[in-house]
Amino acid sequence: MANGVMTQTQYIPYLAQKGLKSWILTTDHKRIGILYLVTISFFFMIAGITALGMRYELMTPELDFFRTATEYNIAFTLHGSLMVFFFIVPGIAASFGNFLIPLMIGARDVAFPRINLLSFWIYLVGTAILLSALAQPADTGWTFYTPYSIQTGTKVIMITLGVFVLGFSSILTGMNFIVTIHKLRAPGMTWARLPLFIWASYATAILQLLATPVVGITLLLLIAERAFDIGFFDPAKGGDPILFQNFFWFYSHPAVYIMVIPAFGIISEIIPVFARKPIFGYKAIAYSSFAIAIISFFVWLHHMFVSGISETAAAIFSFLTMLVAIPTAIKVFNWTATLYKGSIDFHSSMLYALSFIVLFTVGGLTGVYLGALAVDVHLHDTYFIVAHMHYVMIGGTVMGFFGALHFWYQKWFGKVFNELIAKAAWFLIFVGFNVTFFPQFFMGFQGMPRRYATYPEEYISYHSLSTYGSWILGLGILIMTINLLIPLWKKGRPESSNPYGSLSLEWQVPSPPPHENFEEIPTVTDWTYAYGKK
Amino acid sequence: MSSTAEHAESHAHGHGLGEAVTHNAAKLGMWLFLGTEILLFGGLFAAYALFRAKFPDLFYDSHKKLDVTLGGINTIVLIFSSFTMALAVSAAQKRNRKWLMILLSVTFICGAAFGVNKYFEYSAKFHHHIYPETNIFFALYFMMTGLHMLHVFVGMGIIFALIIMAKQGKFKEGNRYTPVEVGGLYWHLVDLIWIYLFPLLYLIG
Amino acid sequence: MSTHDHTEEHHTGLRVYVAVCLTLFVLTAVTVYVAKFDFGDFNIVVAMVIASIKASIVALYFMHLKFEDKLTWIYALYPLFLLFLLIGFTLMETFTRVPVIK
Repeated sequence: MANGVMTQTQYIPYLAQKGLKSWILTTDHKRIGILYLVTISFFFMIAGITALGMRYELMTPELDFFRTATEYNIAFTLHGSLMVFFFIVPGIAASFGNFLIPLMIGARDVAFPRINLLSFWIYLVGTAILLSALAQPADTGWTFYTPYSIQTGTKVIMITLGVFVLGFSSILTGMNFIVTIHKLRAPGMTWARLPLFIWASYATAILQLLATPVVGITLLLLIAERAFDIGFFDPAKGGDPILFQNFFWFYSHPAVYIMVIPAFGIISEIIPVFARKPIFGYKAIAYSSFAIAIISFFVWLHHMFVSGISETAAAIFSFLTMLVAIPTAIKVFNWTATLYKGSIDFHSSMLYALSFIVLFTVGGLTGVYLGALAVDVHLHDTYFIVAHMHYVMIGGTVMGFFGALHFWYQKWFGKVFNELIAKAAWFLIFVGFNVTFFPQFFMGFQGMPRRYATYPEEYISYHSLSTYGSWILGLGILIMTINLLIPLWKKGRPESSNPYGSLSLEWQVPSPPPHENFEEIPTVTDWTYAYGKK
Repeated sequence: MSSTAEHAESHAHGHGLGEAVTHNAAKLGMWLFLGTEILLFGGLFAAYALFRAKFPDLFYDSHKKLDVTLGGINTIVLIFSSFTMALAVSAAQKRNRKWLMILLSVTFICGAAFGVNKYFEYSAKFHHHIYPETNIFFALYFMMTGLHMLHVFVGMGIIFALIIMAKQGKFKEGNRYTPVEVGGLYWHLVDLIWIYLFPLLYLIG
Repeated sequence: MSTHDHTEEHHTGLRVYVAVCLTLFVLTAVTVYVAKFDFGDFNIVVAMVIASIKASIVALYFMHLKFEDKLTWIYALYPLFLLFLLIGFTLMETFTRVPVIK
C-alpha cells in the first residue's frame, strides 16, 4: 500500500530523546499525544476514585461515608466535571487524535505544531486552575445550572474559569486538526481512501471548533453574573434562568458527540483489522459522522423537557432528537455487517470494540426513550438517566478508548503487554460495568432520583448491587492499568511493526515511529480497508 | 479542495512544509478561528435578541444615555484602521517595508484611539452611576463592548508584534508575509463585530 | 474560488480599497441617519441590513473572501448559520412558553 517503509539504519525512535525539556517543549504530535494521555488518565483516576466513594456512600440508605449531604454534592460535582471536561472531552480526540492523525494521513506532524503545544499548555493551565479550586469545590453538579450556581455559597467561579480555559485548548486543537486533514494528506490519500478515524476526528474537530465558544461565553456570563450581578439569568432583574440551560446545552449536546465520535472512529479501525474484512459501508460510516456533527446542533432542548420550557419547542425537539439516532444506527449496522462471515480474532482490543457495539447500543436506544417527550417526563433526573449516560460514556467512549489503548499500544510505545491479563481485565471491566449500571435502569424506572446521598429502604438491593459492581469495575481498570504500565519499564521492542496486519499507514512505520514519522512521504495507491482483496 | 499536488511538491524539498502549504494552512486556520470568535460573541447576540424582544422600552430608554457621537467616531476610527490594515497587507505583498511599517503603525494608533475613546465613554457612565448591574441593557452594553475591547487589545498586540517583525525585516521574500495577512484577518474581525455592535447598542430607533 | 494555484497574490488596487472605505463611511452615516426615523418593528431589520452590507463588504474586500476557495467560504458561513440557529431556537423556545399558573 505504501512505499515509505523506513530503513533500519537511520531509524531513531521518537522516544529516544530523554529529559524533561524534551517533553514540555516538544512539538512532536506523538509526544504531545502522550502528554495528553498521561494528564487525562490522571483525571480519569481521580474522578473514578470519587465515583467509588459515591458508590460506597450509596451502599446503605443512610448518610455514613460522607459527613454531610453537601460533601456528597461536591463529590458528584467533581466526578462529573472532571470526567466530562478534563477526561472525556479532550480524551480520545486530543490523545489518540494527536498521535494518529498525522501518521494515518501520511504527514510529518500536524499543520501547526507549536499551536498544538500551546493547546496542551492551555489545557494544563485549565487543570491548574481547577486543582486550585479543589480546596473549596463547588456543589452545583457539572452542569452549573442557574439559579443555584448563582446562589450557592461554594466557589463556582474558579471551576468554571478552569473549564473556560480548557475550551480554548479544545478550540485550538480542533482548528489544528481540520487544517491538518485538509492540507497535509499524503499524495494519493484521497477523501475516499481516508481511514474512518480521520473522518471521525474531522467531524469531532468541527464540533470542538464551533460548539465550544458558546459554552465559553456561557461560563463567562455565569462568572460575570456572580462577580458583577449582570442579571442575565436572574428573574428578579428580568433575566431568564432557562437561558443558561439553552446556552449550556447548545454546547453540551454537541459535546456529547465530541466525546463519542472519536470512539466511533476507533471502532471502525479495529473491527475490519480483526475481522479480516473490508469495512462494510465505508461511505455511510464516513458521512454519518458528519450527519451527527450537523444534527447534534438541532437537538439541545431535549435536555430541558422538565425545566419549564415551552411545550411547542419541546414537541419539536423531541422529534428532532429522533433524527440523530439514524446516523448512529447506520454505524452500528455497518459494523455488525463487517463482522458477518469475518474471520474474527478476539484480540483484547477487539473485545473492547465488540463490547462497545453492545453497550453503546443499549446507551443509544435508552437515549431514544429519553428523547421521547412523554417518557422523559417520567424518567428525567432519575437513575435511568445516570445509567443511560454511563452506557454511552463508559460503554461507548471509554470502551473505545481502552480498545484504542490496546490496539495502538505497540505502535505508540514500542512495547508489548500481556494479552492474557488484558483479556482478564476486559472481562472484569465488562462484567463490573454491567453490574454497576444495569440495575440503575430499574431503580430509575421505579423513581429513584439522581444526585441524592440518601434514599428509601426499598432501593437498597439495587444500590448495593450497583456498588459491588463498581468494585469489580474498579478492579478491572486497575489490573488493565498495571498491565499496560509494566511493559514501559521493560527492555525490548515488538517483533513486528505490524503484528495485526493492518493496511493503515501508521502500521507501515516502525514501532515506535521515528521522529518525523516517514523517511519519505508515502504515496497511497489503495483503499485503507482493502482486506482480503489480495 | 485538496492540495495534494502542491503538498507532494513541497515535500520534495525536504522535511519542512512548502511555503504555499504553510500560507494556505495559516489562512484557513485563522478563518476557522474567526468562526469561533463569532460564536463566542454569539451568546451575547442571542441574549441581546431575547432581552430586546422582551423589554423594548427599557432598551429604548437606556440607549439614550449612550453617546452616539462617541460611538460614531469609534466606528469611523475602526473602519479606517481596517482600511489601513488592508493596505498594510498589500504593502507586505509588494515587500514594501517602509509602507508596511507606516500602515501598521497607523492601524495600531487607530486601535489605541478607539481604546482612549472607550475609556472616556466608560468613565462618563461610571460618573453617572451606570454599571453593569444597573439594568439588563447596560449589562449587555458592558459585556459586549468589554469583550470587544479585549479583542481590540489582543489585535493591537498582534499588530505590535507585526511591526517589530517588519522592523527586523522578516517579510522580505516568498510568501513570508503570511503573518501580516493572518493578523490582518483578525483585525478585520474586530471591525466586523463593531459594525454590528454600533447600531445594536447606540441606534435603537 | 480558484482551484489552481492558491498562492497567487491578490493585489487589490488602492483605488478599490479607497472606494470600499468611503462606502463604509457613507453607510455608517446612513445607519445613523435612518435611526432617527421610526419604522416600528422594522427598526432592527433596517439597522441589521445596513450592518450586514457593511460586514459583507469588509469580508469580501478587506478580508479577500472574494478570492478565497470554497472551503473558506464554508467555514466563513457555517458559524453564521449556527449563530442563527442559537438565536432562532432560543427565541422560539422563550416566546412560545405558556404560563402554567395564570
